Amino acid sequence: MKLNLLIAGFGGQGVLFMGKVAAHTALLEDLFVSWLPSYGPEMRGGTANCAVCIDDKEISCPLITEPELLAVLNQPSFDRFAETVQPGGKIFLDSALIEASQAQAARCAERGVSLYPIPCTSMAETEGLAGRANLIMLGKVLRETGFTSYDTLCEALKACIPASKEALLESNLKAVALGYSFGGQ
Amino acid sequence: MGRKFLMKGNEALAEAALRAGCRHFFGYPITPQTEVAAYMAKRMPKIGGTYLQAESEVAAINMVLGAAAAGARAMTSSSSPGISLKTEGISYIAASDLPALIVNVMRGSPGLGGIQPSQADYWQATKAPGHGDAQLLVFAPSSVQEIVDLVGRAFDLSEQYRVPAMLLADGMLGQMMEPVEFGPEAAGAQEKPWALVGTKGKRPPNVVNSLHLQPARLEEIVRERFQRYEAIKKKEVLLEQYRMEDARFAVAAYGATARIVKSAVDKAREEGIPVGLIRPITVWPFPEREIAAAAGTVEQFLCVEMSMGQMVEDVRLAVNGRRPVAFYGRTGGVVPVPAEILAEIRKMAGRA
Amino acid sequence: MAVIFERTEGLTDKDTHYCPGCTHGIIHRLAAESLTELGVLGEAIGVCPVGCAVMAYDYFNCDMAEAPHGRAPAVATGIKRVHPDSVVFTYQGDGDLAAIGTAETVHAAARGENITVIFVNNAIYGMTGGQMAPTTLPGQVTQTTPYGRDTAYSGFPLRVCELLAAVDGVAYAERVAVNTPAHIRAAKAAIKKAFQAQIDKKGFSIVEVLSTCPTNWGMTPVEALGWVEEKMVPYYPLGVTVDRTEKGVRG
Repeated sequence: MKLNLLIAGFGGQGVLFMGKVAAHTALLEDLFVSWLPSYGPEMRGGTANCAVCIDDKEISCPLITEPELLAVLNQPSFDRFAETVQPGGKIFLDSALIEASQAQAARCAERGVSLYPIPCTSMAETEGLAGRANLIMLGKVLRETGFTSYDTLCEALKACIPASKEALLESNLKAVALGYSFGGQ
Repeated sequence: MGRKFLMKGNEALAEAALRAGCRHFFGYPITPQTEVAAYMAKRMPKIGGTYLQAESEVAAINMVLGAAAAGARAMTSSSSPGISLKTEGISYIAASDLPALIVNVMRGSPGLGGIQPSQADYWQATKAPGHGDAQLLVFAPSSVQEIVDLVGRAFDLSEQYRVPAMLLADGMLGQMMEPVEFGPEAAGAQEKPWALVGTKGKRPPNVVNSLHLQPARLEEIVRERFQRYEAIKKKEVLLEQYRMEDARFAVAAYGATARIVKSAVDKAREEGIPVGLIRPITVWPFPEREIAAAAGTVEQFLCVEMSMGQMVEDVRLAVNGRRPVAFYGRTGGVVPVPAEILAEIRKMAGRA
Repeated sequence: MAVIFERTEGLTDKDTHYCPGCTHGIIHRLAAESLTELGVLGEAIGVCPVGCAVMAYDYFNCDMAEAPHGRAPAVATGIKRVHPDSVVFTYQGDGDLAAIGTAETVHAAARGENITVIFVNNAIYGMTGGQMAPTTLPGQVTQTTPYGRDTAYSGFPLRVCELLAAVDGVAYAERVAVNTPAHIRAAKAAIKKAFQAQIDKKGFSIVEVLSTCPTNWGMTPVEALGWVEEKMVPYYPLGVTVDRTEKGVRG
């Protein structure tokens, strides 16, 4: 599978939108894709997550129970999903909001799961991009996985922003760039 | 190839209905089908159609009855508890020989239940969609594209046979996004000389009715309707057979569950288990003949559903005792994962 | 010889099944004559209830639908939304309209649905053999209130026209009776006005007609006519409760 990504965080952090942008890249590249959200009362303040699968053949099961890639934006999601990541998989975590305990980090290392901390939320605040931590995270995911090209991701982002909110495009693109160029692992 | 859109199942369903010429939608809010209504509310006024939020599911289905009687391509959409409320109207629509589309985006039940995906309304849809001797054409898509493809077909066949149709989906399909392509716009409603449009003083009145107090007459009417059901059973069965050519074991599943099963079948094949998937796309008419034929070559069947076991009874009837038919189900909104199903396949193949 | 009375084109030739002395027949005729005189019979689409008038589709000489019990206003809504220029009416009894179909009635009214409701109130369930209706009078004996309707136990009758007076979507509501020639003439005028309101797209219109049920009241037809005057009219006063036909409900 070309992309097997579970994104999780609080409702309101843009988890579903982040997944939608990732999914849209597949549409541009004429690949198969599924985007499956959790839905229900948890959308309003609790945890939200969505599963994005991209492949060059039809996606049979759209559920992700053992993600290759996990992008988490809050502590409860990290605690809940870190253990489900496949051996050799990658976890992207917003280090401004999430702390991996020694035990958790050791467990990941044991299973060959790499951690990619990036302080998305504080970066967003510093850069005047409040509410764009999700896209900073997406930039980072792209950098570390190359699941699509940078240009395709930007194009997908444009396609996902309705004409009425076009003014927001620039700051969104900036957020992706910020995550993409973020250095340290 | 046309343009592809990334759309939620519920929204794609609504768009497909509009493209099939539906201009009358009557609904009542319920999770997890709300996007259908929201989409209709947004689009209908722009294209001269009617989106009306009724005071109840009961009223909504009766508005569909009225609009269908008036000759329009009409539909409603709801989820399990709401469908129960509509069953009275569905029975009347079936008994009045009216075409209509009813969407059920199934959720955990019984009672108020939950809001996560389920398939526990199979019996309601296929056996007793209301009181009396009546059937619905029931389509069970398993992808967003298939939702789109089946909506137009459901309207067309419903009008052709004058039998109401149901699209039986679940919360998972309704909420997920996949790329979809829409075919050319449909011609829309077929000619309906029986419709209520006013006599204009030029013909005797048309009457849309389900009351027949003479038993012999009512029996005659029901029998005529059953002739149409027989024609549907002969001609309109749809199914997918996946990796069945050399299969010695078969899993039967429909809707979103079939997607998960497919993934488990692929994994089992990697382990060398000769297993395939039989996926009814119409659950009424049910692919009895195809399953009976498979029973000639397959050693064992497994039916997987998001329920305590409903379609499995139809599988058993089709297999007719010739082979064992096992069942695996999750219910209440719990979605089975591929690993669970793989374990059941291994068990069936004696590899547990 | 001059013709002074003839059958209306609005009704079929079929004999009605109504009991002797029942005033349904008069009400059918008033509605049918009104449609004919307004020149809209060919545009009319009626919706029958479940109740004594369930077979009204055999009598009205226009396109007709038969609705589930209480749902006629919802069915009429569906029809009207497809054919906004048709003249759509429901013909409903008290059980159908004011018990099982209360929600459909009130909400069709609240939407200002441009339909006309002919509401036949005879204070009893006729078709099922004389049970308590939502409009059964306090003290009235029925099969299911054998000791008389006790309001402490079975509650109070609904005054539908007064209830609907609180609803902004109602263009016209009037209660009439058909127990005397004068009342019948007034009833005809009310029904015609209600249809005219619909033709002029003014909003929801309803005419409540106090009707008789000699069979289930246990009276002769003549006694029944008297009972309407003595018992029903005092509880259900005749007259207009809403008239927004000038400007319409959205005026």
